[in-house]
Amino acid sequence: MLLISPPTYIAAVLFLSLMGFLYWAILRGMVNTPEESLPIVQFLKIFWIPVFFVVPLLTMRSIAGERSTGTLDTLMTTPTSRVAVILSKFSGAYIFYMLLWLSTLGFPFIAAKFFPSAALSGSLLEPAPIIGGFTFLALSGILFVSIGIFASSITRSQLVAGMLSFTTLFVAIIGGQQLGNIAQNGAELSFWASELVNYLQIFQHLDDFSRGVIDTRPFFYYTSTGVLLLGLSTLVIEAKA
Amino acid sequence: METIPSIRVENLTRQFGSLTAIQNVSFTVNHGEIVGFLGPNGAGKSTTMRILSGIMPATSGSAWVGGVAVAHNPYEVKQRIGYMPENNPLPDDMRVVEYLRFRARLKGVPRRKLRETVQDVMETCDLARTARRKIIGTLSKGFRQRVGIADALLGNPEVIIMDEPTIGLDPHQIQGIRKLINNLRGRLTVVLSSHILPEIERSCDRVIIINRGRVVASGTSDSLREEFLPGNRFELEVKGCEARVAELFKAKGLEVEILDKEESEDHILKLTLRAEGNGELGAQLIAALSDSPDCTLRSLASRVPNLEEIFLAATKRSWEETIDSPKTKPAAAAQS
Repeated sequence: MLLISPPTYIAAVLFLSLMGFLYWAILRGMVNTPEESLPIVQFLKIFWIPVFFVVPLLTMRSIAGERSTGTLDTLMTTPTSRVAVILSKFSGAYIFYMLLWLSTLGFPFIAAKFFPSAALSGSLLEPAPIIGGFTFLALSGILFVSIGIFASSITRSQLVAGMLSFTTLFVAIIGGQQLGNIAQNGAELSFWASELVNYLQIFQHLDDFSRGVIDTRPFFYYTSTGVLLLGLSTLVIEAKA
Repeated sequence: METIPSIRVENLTRQFGSLTAIQNVSFTVNHGEIVGFLGPNGAGKSTTMRILSGIMPATSGSAWVGGVAVAHNPYEVKQRIGYMPENNPLPDDMRVVEYLRFRARLKGVPRRKLRETVQDVMETCDLARTARRKIIGTLSKGFRQRVGIADALLGNPEVIIMDEPTIGLDPHQIQGIRKLINNLRGRLTVVLSSHILPEIERSCDRVIIINRGRVVASGTSDSLREEFLPGNRFELEVKGCEARVAELFKAKGLEVEILDKEESEDHILKLTLRAEGNGELGAQLIAALSDSPDCTLRSLASRVPNLEEIFLAATKRSWEETIDSPKTKPAAAAQS
C-alpha cells in the first residue's frame, strides 16, 4: 500500500528537495566561513528536520488509515498473525525511510562531480563519517519509525496519528537534548540520573557514530525501545481491531 | 462432515462496557446451508459475525467453525472462513486482480496456484472479463460488492460470512448477487445478514431472527410463519358493511377474526381476515357471502404472510417479553 499511495511520493519529494537545499546551503556556508567538520557531518547533524515530517507522513496512514477504511478488519480475518501485520507495516515504512536517506548520498557525489578539487582533497567523500552517520540513521530509524507505527496503531484518524508521532518524535529528540542541557548547567545530578540523561542524548549518539565511536548503549536504546513499541502496537491491534 | 455442523454457537455473550451487544446467543448452521441473519439495527448481527470470524473475542460462551473452537484456534478458524464485513471496505488505489492476488497470498494460497485461484473466483463472481484490470476506486457499487464476495471465496473456505451483501444495490445488482449466492448453494455454508427481507426469504434456506442481542426465532420461513402468525389469512373486498360480514360468517359457524379494514370511496370494504380451518376455508368463505343480497363479494385472495410480517411479529414479541420481564429468564427467549 505504501508504494502505490500518493502521500508516499509527496513525502519523498519533499524530503529530497529539502535535503538537497540544506546540503547546498551547508556547502555555501563552508565556502564563506571555514569550518572544522566535514560537510557530510554537518549535513547529518540536521537529520531531525526531515525526521519530524517524513516519519509521520510515512507512518500515519499505515494502521490508522486501514482502521478508518475498515480494511484492517478484512486483514484480521486472514490467517496472518498480528505480529506479521505490524512487522510488515514497520518494515515497509523503514525500508522506504532508509531508501530516502540512502538517496541523499547522491548529493556528495553530485557535488564531487562539479567541484573536482574538493573531491580530490577527500572532504566530500570521506568514507568513515558517512558509514558512521548512516549506521546511526539506520539505528535511530528503528526507533523513529516504530514511534510512528505505534502512534498510528492507537487511533483511527490519520491526522491524530500524524500529530501524535510528530509530538513523540519531538519529545524523544529535542526533549533528550534539553534534558542534557539542564543536566550540564544545573546542579550535580546523582550518578544514575546523569547516566540516564546521557543514554537519551540522540545528538550525542550521532556525534559518536560519525566520529567512528560505535557504542553498544545507543544500539541497545534504539532497538529495545523500537521492539517495545512494535510489541505494544501488536497488542493494541489485537485488542481493538 | 455431515456429523459436524459448520457453525455451532453456544451461549455467546459480548459486552461493550455496560452495554450488552449480544446475550446468550445459540444456534447451529449445517454444512451447505444458506442461513439469513435478520434483525433491526443494533440487534447484534454484526457483533455475532465478527466474533465468528475471529476479529473480536466474546465475553463468554463458545463458538465452533467446522468443529474448531474460535477462541482456542483462531488461526485455523480463519482458514475456514471467508468474511465480508459490512460496507465491504476495499483499498481504492488497487486494481481488482492485484487486490485479489494480494488477498490470496495473505490467505496462504501457494504461489503456483495463485493465478488459477484468482481466475476461478473472478469467474464465479463474473469479474474476469469486465473488471479484471479496473482500479477498485472507479468500480460501481455492484462490482465492488462482487470483489468483496470474490475475496471471501478465496482460499477455499468452508463457511462464507457476509454482512449486508446487498446493501445499497439497485434491483438488478441485487438479482446478480442473489444468483451468485445461489451458485454457492450446496458447495459452501453461507451466513448472510440483510435488512432486505424478501432478499433473505428468496435466497436463504433458514432464517435466524435476532433482536436486542438475543435469538428470538430460528427456522425456515414456513415454520416461523406457523409459530408467529398462525392460521390462514385472507384478503377480501366486499360491498357492504363490516358488522354484516362478521354476522354472515358467524351464521355459517366460521371462526373469523378481522385484523384490518379499509374503506374506499364507493363503499367497498377491504378486509384482512384470519381464520382457523383447512384447505376448504376459501370455498366456505365464498359460500357464506354468496347467498346474502346486501353483501356482495368482489374478490377474495389467500394471503401468505411474508418475512417482513414474521419479522415484525417476532421482534415485537421479544420486545414485549423484555418489557414484561426485564431481568428474568433471558435464556428462555434465546432458546425459542
